[in-house]
Amino acid sequence: MAKINFIEHNGKEHIVDAENGMSVMNAAIDHLVPGIDADCGGECSCATCHVIVDAKWIGVVGRPGDQEESMLDMNPEREVNSRLSCQIRVRDELDGLIVRLPQFQI
Amino acid sequence: MSEAIDRSSAASNNDAYAVALDKIEIWNPDRFKEDTLWPFFARLRKEDPVHYTAESPMGPFWSVTKFDDIMYVDTHHEIFSSEGGITIDEQDENFELPMFIAMDPPKHDLQRKTVSGVVAPPNLVKLEGTIRERVCKILDALPRDETFNWVDKVSIELTTQMLATLFDFPFEERSKLTYWSDLITADETSGLYESEEHRQGELLKCLEYFTGLWNQRVNTPGGNDLISMLAHGESTKNMPPMEYLGNLVLLIVGGNDTTRNSISGGVVALNQNPDQYQKLRNDPSLIPNMVSEIIRWQTPLAHMRRRALQDTELHGKQIKKGDKVVMWYVSGNRDEDTIPNADAFIIDRPKARQHLSFGFGIHRCMGNRLAEMQLRVVWEEILKRFHTVELVGEPARVRSNFVKGYTHVPVRVHAR
Repeated sequence: MAKINFIEHNGKEHIVDAENGMSVMNAAIDHLVPGIDADCGGECSCATCHVIVDAKWIGVVGRPGDQEESMLDMNPEREVNSRLSCQIRVRDELDGLIVRLPQFQI
Repeated sequence: MSEAIDRSSAASNNDAYAVALDKIEIWNPDRFKEDTLWPFFARLRKEDPVHYTAESPMGPFWSVTKFDDIMYVDTHHEIFSSEGGITIDEQDENFELPMFIAMDPPKHDLQRKTVSGVVAPPNLVKLEGTIRERVCKILDALPRDETFNWVDKVSIELTTQMLATLFDFPFEERSKLTYWSDLITADETSGLYESEEHRQGELLKCLEYFTGLWNQRVNTPGGNDLISMLAHGESTKNMPPMEYLGNLVLLIVGGNDTTRNSISGGVVALNQNPDQYQKLRNDPSLIPNMVSEIIRWQTPLAHMRRRALQDTELHGKQIKKGDKVVMWYVSGNRDEDTIPNADAFIIDRPKARQHLSFGFGIHRCMGNRLAEMQLRVVWEEILKRFHTVELVGEPARVRSNFVKGYTHVPVRVHAR
């Protein structure tokens, strides 16, 4: 179990409970957090579940894999700590995780 | 009219099962024009989802028809290459047009990144006001109490204006863009050109015109239109003329035909499904979801093609290095195993965003958000003005297995 804080582009916070093993993307979808589109359903192939991981957390969350990197690389809104939330598995260590949402998913 | 549709769909249903699988001619453009393609794809999804066509006017190729298999091909660009072409038809080897959609990494990535900022959020926010203003003007000027072609008066007009803005193209000359776009995708039966030589000559005039614009902008840094971006981008500023033309063709067709045909397709879909039209009138907040459903239902580009870089297996079939592999988005978008009740047009469909029309993976449509925004604004403004955009005759469709769209959608508008 982990509490995850999604911060919308306008600053609005959504703190949700997420089960271990599910993706951070699914945690957002299940709790109707706006701003995660997830067009491909979690296949790492559309980049519409883009989040920017809080700098303090990126070390715990880790860096993107190759396929994720190639998708992120296409995104003009990409930042240093960008990740695709479908590729982050929830685990106990992520309790308190903060991720920010871009203005739009593209 | 509905009886005529029923009869023709019954006939094509019989045809689809009347031939042996290896004679099914899934590529036949007449079926796209006549809208009789559906039972043929349904049969392949059921009986032979990864299907080999040994002989066709375009040579041999594989057809991938199910959603999950298409997703697999689209996301494995290291196995299925885009280099050299993305349609079943091969390019004329004496008139090759390199463009980044038909390139593999790393060059694809660099060129795409050069221009993708034009459809990034900061620019989209700026564009929405412009789009709404234009939509209002176009809708307010529509003729009342007479039949007219929605394709010309609304779909083409709006998308061409948008394209002119993205290129910062001389606005009064924008009908040139429509002409070039049609020239690129039209086939020999369209009457648009006399011969392949004539067509290529006209495209070279397009290049000449755009070279003039390039020369104007190459010495003025900071422009945020597509031509300035190409003229100043590290990976594009030294490209040969035919590669400039290739990328222009990509941006013209990608930014024009697709949205055009989804704007028309929405009118057709809502008229064929009056219960959905009523649902929309009752609740305009369904528009964003409906936009995704229109794009799925229409699938404005029917396929994308790849070529295998190595021997590989797909859904139990052995694909050889060098084989052409066609992903039929139009079929995957009707795959019942992934999309329940897939033939139905349902504006409040759950998970409507999960469709194949934009493709997936590194070649996923770059302008998808702009396209969705245009469609959303169009329908918001239609609902404010009209009770019905009534389809008053059978739509005429494009004869192409690539661009899935309309040449004629006869309508009358009825004020609220």
